Amino acid sequence: MSENPHLPNIPETPHLLVHEHADNVGVVVVEGLTAGTEMLVCVTHDNSTFRLTAGADVTIGHKIALKDLKDGDTAIKYGEDIGKIIADIEKGAHVHTHNCKTKRW
Amino acid sequence: MASKYSNMTVKAFRRENGRVGVRNHVVILPVDDISNAACEAVANNVKGTLAIPHAYGRLQFGEDLDLHFRTMIGTGANPNVAAVVVIGIEPGWTKRIADGIRATGKPVAEFSIEQNGDFETIRRASWAAKDFVHMTSEYQREECSISELWVSTKCGESDTTTGLGSCPTVGNMYDKLLPEGITGFFGETSEITGAEHICKERAINAEVGERWYKMWKAYQDDVIFAHQTDDLSDSQPTKGNIEGGLTTIEEKALGNLEKIGRTSKFIDILEPAEAPKSGNGLYFMDSSSAAAECVTLMAAGGAVIHTFPTGQGNVVGNPIVPVIKITANPRTVRTMNEHVDVDVSGILRREMTIDEAGDALIEMITRTANGRNTAAEALGHREFSMTKLYRSA
Repeated sequence: MSENPHLPNIPETPHLLVHEHADNVGVVVVEGLTAGTEMLVCVTHDNSTFRLTAGADVTIGHKIALKDLKDGDTAIKYGEDIGKIIADIEKGAHVHTHNCKTKRW
Repeated sequence: MASKYSNMTVKAFRRENGRVGVRNHVVILPVDDISNAACEAVANNVKGTLAIPHAYGRLQFGEDLDLHFRTMIGTGANPNVAAVVVIGIEPGWTKRIADGIRATGKPVAEFSIEQNGDFETIRRASWAAKDFVHMTSEYQREECSISELWVSTKCGESDTTTGLGSCPTVGNMYDKLLPEGITGFFGETSEITGAEHICKERAINAEVGERWYKMWKAYQDDVIFAHQTDDLSDSQPTKGNIEGGLTTIEEKALGNLEKIGRTSKFIDILEPAEAPKSGNGLYFMDSSSAAAECVTLMAAGGAVIHTFPTGQGNVVGNPIVPVIKITANPRTVRTMNEHVDVDVSGILRREMTIDEAGDALIEMITRTANGRNTAAEALGHREFSMTKLYRSA
């Protein structure tokens, strides 16, 4: 897999992956991410990239808000509704069970 | 249309009923919990046999008993099993299970303990098991088309990396191999919640989609809403899922469904442990989302290889079916590498495409079918967990 002829020209290993452009959260994919890191964000749908500053130390696999979110908003991932936002969240902050909840139970 | 996967072959065991198996087990199968000791004694006497102890089989009734028989018979009938010794406390249910397995044409011997005691039962059953080991150890692998494999999937200890990497890897494999004629299984009824509108659309036609939705809704109403004591946020997602970054059941469900790829459609719905009866293709099996239960049910349905995406590192295996572990989580690759068969963490670094990951999984499926032991097999993971629908009489 070292040659990777099909792969896009991404300048460095991304810190955060986003499934779809419609999403308002992304997933940390590196270990040891610290607050203040100028993250490289990659949208896997088309491998387009942008920069975002991490607002907190966030564990690998956990989510970060791509924009300011308000209590009552819908969290969007895979381009789909994954639950409701239950507290105001700043762009770059950690999104998890403390500020996001299922609409199912 | 021919693809680069059309001519792939594996070296596997052709069974009496024409099905293809990738392992050659001689199983010592207890009908009920109280026959476990005799089965384990036989397996200790005769090397090359495998006892499958379990917790149930007494005073079950109705649909729950039907599921017990279906699981027992399906396990013995699985093409990864060459021959079976069945031991039960009494002859009636023992014969029912032995005859069910015998319908495949494979060698089956049955013994019951009442009026014989453990000693005499073990003595007789050991002779039968030894004969089976001599006979089946001479069976040869032969060249079979990859299309003859029945491949199941279920993910476990999922996290956000499963939806990004390991589940789409399995989906890519299905998108490539289902058109070649393999038979596939997916399920995990409770875990589709949040993506049921999407799953319903993945049925081959509206009629199958409606039947699927009725099954899913019945589970919601009869199990979840009938028994829930809280909002289930600690059970679905599980603690491990939440530790891995999954926040809601909707998020988990969307990642889970990545396992059926982009183009695959399911052609029918199966009861737990039911064998497919509508020809080659992808099936949804109504099943628990608990790893060992789900793999056990799919093995009883006839799957011979299981593909298991994991994020945080589920270690499950099965006695008769090799379980291939796939992970995209680099921390799991680093900390639990002895459990990983296919490392697709390159997807997260954007060094590996989903297409390449799918090919890597297909290569591991062929190697596993040819005889390579999976990590779960090497580590002795033989979890056999039967699903029970309600309390025994």
